[in-house]
Amino acid sequence: MSDMITDTIAQTGARPRKFRAATAESTPVRLALTLLALAGVGVLVVAPLATVFAEALAQGWAAAITSLGNHDAQSAIRLTLWVTAIALPLNAAFGIAAAWLITKFDFRGKALLITLIDLPFSVSPVVAGLCIVLLFGANSLVGGWLVAHGFPIVFAIPGIVLATVFVTFPFVARELIPVMIEQGRAEEEAALTLGASGWRVFWTVTLPNIRWALLYGALLCTARAMGEFGAVAVVSGKIRGQTATMPITIEMLYNEYLSVAAFSMAAALTALALVTLILKTTLELRHAGQLAANRRH
Amino acid sequence: MAGTPFIQKTPMPGLRLSAGITLTMLSIVVLLPIAALLLQGASFGPANIWEVVNRERVWAALFLSFRLAFFAALFNLVFGLLLAWVLTRYDFPGRRIVDAAVDLPFALPTAVAGIALTALYAPNGTFGQLAAQFGWKIAYTQWGILLALIFVGLPFVTRTVQPVIAEIDREVEEASATLGASRLHTLIHVILPMLAPAALTGFALALARAVGEYGSVIFIAGNIPMKTEIAPLLIVIQLEEFHYQAAGAIGIAMLLISFAMLLVINLIQILSRRRMGHV
Repeated sequence: MSDMITDTIAQTGARPRKFRAATAESTPVRLALTLLALAGVGVLVVAPLATVFAEALAQGWAAAITSLGNHDAQSAIRLTLWVTAIALPLNAAFGIAAAWLITKFDFRGKALLITLIDLPFSVSPVVAGLCIVLLFGANSLVGGWLVAHGFPIVFAIPGIVLATVFVTFPFVARELIPVMIEQGRAEEEAALTLGASGWRVFWTVTLPNIRWALLYGALLCTARAMGEFGAVAVVSGKIRGQTATMPITIEMLYNEYLSVAAFSMAAALTALALVTLILKTTLELRHAGQLAANRRH
Repeated sequence: MAGTPFIQKTPMPGLRLSAGITLTMLSIVVLLPIAALLLQGASFGPANIWEVVNRERVWAALFLSFRLAFFAALFNLVFGLLLAWVLTRYDFPGRRIVDAAVDLPFALPTAVAGIALTALYAPNGTFGQLAAQFGWKIAYTQWGILLALIFVGLPFVTRTVQPVIAEIDREVEEASATLGASRLHTLIHVILPMLAPAALTGFALALARAVGEYGSVIFIAGNIPMKTEIAPLLIVIQLEEFHYQAAGAIGIAMLLISFAMLLVINLIQILSRRRMGHV
């Protein structure tokens, strides 16, 4: 078919002309802008990512794997996974509760509540850690009492969890609120009219509607929780084998000029981060309609 | 508002439970710790806070942090708009992969980004050697800090602007072209104003993130007092010496400047939305 048309054009001597749509840039401009964007992403994002793995494997696979096998490294990996496993359900529970409160009820001060939930995004992680030290440190009123009763928070695991929950606080709520506003209250109200209990409405009506958005928020939360450095550095006390998370261990190894060990730990953490990124991208492709479309971050 | 009840009546269940969880967690995790900082500041006294902050080294660090964060956010505003446009409007092989890669700075832990950027841009690193040939030192100078701040803020503008570009009605562009506007004229006078509120939101998020950033910066900064020392690092140094009051004073200064800055950006945003008439 297309051959016939080409033949016809060849016979009549007319040449196919490409018209540029009035709503598009010319080809050289498109090409230049695309190359500029690709170069930027390459230099700023892809190159550092490649460097992590290149430096980790600078002395071969064996050296990298051995450095991850020692006692302190294992303990750091376990601690990071534990802290994430505790912080994630806390934030998910908070996010669901806050989104339910904000989208199912009308009350005064809602805008203020939303602003307060977003507050951790505009506080430096270091300042967040400082706040936790001031409230729960051994010198403070609350912290002193807790230490006296055998439950230290700062320079111990509870402080690391608290700092992690602080920096990841808005993630789940921010994903759920726009989705739940869009879905409205009609379905829940119908279920209630039909005699369903509150919990039944939540499990069988609300949760299926928000599950992908919930998972999306949870993935963002996981990525940040595993990698948090500033807030955790302030509250952890950096005790090797006890309160040193993976990012803290990376810093300690790097400062001791143990490059392969530092980058091996970094590569392990990056691999975990890449898993969350791949899952997140898959969600975006498959369930775009059920995510908070206007706030994809 | 007089006459309207504090909470509107509704048959919806779970008010007490959801309000209980929300307010308890918000208080323990966010409000009480921040209140502790402010209380500490109040008991230390404004005069003492001023004495801590009003030192050359502290001013230099605060000025450096906010100045470089502003420039990094500005770069991300321009590059983020370009990236959002290319990723939404153009099609090229590997577009989806590039789109996913834009999120890497959110996923990659800051300490990992810090050591990777340092290895890459140090005088003996791949890009560092290249720059050194032109007499340009990046790592352990303010350029290095700027680079790290650009890295952590890269996705914000792109991600806020992309959905807006996707929703632009092509007829508006056609109308502009029909009326004789050049493509460049249409982009600047028709498209850009539509993107402005979202772009400004992304700019504010990138700025807030860059001001407080610590993990990715300390490795590449060199941390030389008065030259490449950022404000969050000063807080960490004071804390390591157990000077809680001095650390608190610098923390309060950072909080106040950040909030003032976000307030100004919100005001600009309200104005720009009002100019647009809707949205």
